Amino acid sequence: MFAEVLPLLSKALGETVYMVVVSMVIASAIGVPLGVLLHTTAKGQILENIFINQTVGSFVNAIRSIPFIILMVAIIPLTRFLVGSAIGTTAAIVPLVIASIPFIGRQVETSLKEVPAGLVEAAQSMGATPFQIISRVLLPEAMPGIVSQLTTVIIALVGESAMAGAIGGGGLGDLAIRYGYQRFRPEVMLATVVVLIVLVQLVQFIGNTIAKRLDKR
Amino acid sequence: MIKLIGIEKVYDSPSGKVHALKGIELEIARGEIYGIIGLSGAGKSTLVRCINMLERPTAGKVIVDGQDMTTLTESELRQARKSIGMIFQHFNLLSSATVYDNIAFPLKLSGTGAADIEKKVRPLLELVGLSDKANQYPSQLSGGQKQRVGIARALANDPKILLCDEATSALDPQTTKSILALIKDINKKLSLTVVVITHEMQVIKDICDKVAVISNGVIAERGSVLDVFTNPKHDITKEFISVLLSNDLPAAFRGNEISQDRTPDSYLLLRLIFLGDRADDPVLAKMIRACKGVECTMLFGNLDEIHGVPFGRFIVGLSGEDAAINNALNFLGGEEVRVEVIGYVRRSSTATE
Repeated sequence: MFAEVLPLLSKALGETVYMVVVSMVIASAIGVPLGVLLHTTAKGQILENIFINQTVGSFVNAIRSIPFIILMVAIIPLTRFLVGSAIGTTAAIVPLVIASIPFIGRQVETSLKEVPAGLVEAAQSMGATPFQIISRVLLPEAMPGIVSQLTTVIIALVGESAMAGAIGGGGLGDLAIRYGYQRFRPEVMLATVVVLIVLVQLVQFIGNTIAKRLDKR
Repeated sequence: MIKLIGIEKVYDSPSGKVHALKGIELEIARGEIYGIIGLSGAGKSTLVRCINMLERPTAGKVIVDGQDMTTLTESELRQARKSIGMIFQHFNLLSSATVYDNIAFPLKLSGTGAADIEKKVRPLLELVGLSDKANQYPSQLSGGQKQRVGIARALANDPKILLCDEATSALDPQTTKSILALIKDINKKLSLTVVVITHEMQVIKDICDKVAVISNGVIAERGSVLDVFTNPKHDITKEFISVLLSNDLPAAFRGNEISQDRTPDSYLLLRLIFLGDRADDPVLAKMIRACKGVECTMLFGNLDEIHGVPFGRFIVGLSGEDAAINNALNFLGGEEVRVEVIGYVRRSSTATE
């Protein structure tokens, strides 16, 4: 029995890790700058621009208010345009990225808010440009928080990727539903849940360790 | 070095416009340590931020080293700021960077190479006495050490001016002394112009050459520290000074009615202020010899020093016939001592209390 489940399990794990890692990389590349934009254009900040701040903010809120399963289906035309197909593991990455960008943006914004205003003022008094303030003050000082927040995003992605089965994305969630639930194989269900728990624990542990090492406060 | 002309600052707040600075005129000479003292909310922090344009004045001119800061473009302003160092009450060090990297920070902003940074940072570490802490993080330092890092960082760009915004307010008295000594030391060594913002008169007395007292957005009083200390004019100044130099009457007289007319069994209390070389003149002894029939009781005495100038404050009680007392007052009026007549006060009998 175990010999039969193992290949299924490892394939599903591979798909989940693929979806999470690729989504996370792309979403962070857009989401972190988005968080910086949200923070620095807010009132009293170095690039204060209320119009941009509120426009981007409402857009972020709008996407965040759509449940993932609905978002996934709603953006099928976009997915098809971007990856050429609306089904499969790679296709699942598109909605995962779109759902994660605003999430990361808000999380990064929260971390940046924690940086004392005095530090920014000190950098300004030394003649730092806004870009230098972002790259040399805000991001390094907020880094422990950002790492913790991104860990949370990864774990949320593991959960969301489980829904990717709905569009043929595969992964651990899909395995649990198809074998464990629809084919009445509780042992597959159990094995999947154990793998998910171990995966999430591992992600959290690594995230905590990095955040702690970065934190010199 | 620094000239503020007609500085106005108006803030918009939810409860309406706040007029933080109302036409400030101030001139600070090269190499001077200039103190600005005021209560919280008086506008002193806003004023010091106008010097490096962290706060842009609503009206007025800020001339620093011949350059009008209010007319500079953003990039010119960033350049100008590099010659104005600033230290803060809460130090504002990067928690994620070591002591060395914090001091190197302004140099990195200018794109200085690692070798040149090393040449600059090592002597600064030496200057502030933290050579052995170079690789530690700010969280591992005491408050005084953090401020030393702040000072070294402020000096990294070889500034002409150092702005100190409540730099010792978060420190204990002993650490304050050592930080002030360091500021004074670098002022001398580097002939740096220093602007000190504080709410503590002790700081002014310890290191400043000149002082401006700011209250409700205007400068209430200004002058050399010695003048302001020995002859304060404005109530707010007197209040600041009274923290250091008590104006209370001696315990036996405190709380008793003060009368300008003679009452039985009372002393005429005088406050005498001696200044400079005259502080050790035997004025009272001469008075007693010259004015027969007057009794003089020493009730309080204190001899202090401001920038090496002796400064004595005494309270004496005179008793005797009216004529003798008037005679004594006339005599003191002719001596180099400032006399302030407090009035006739009865001495409480400590035995009955």
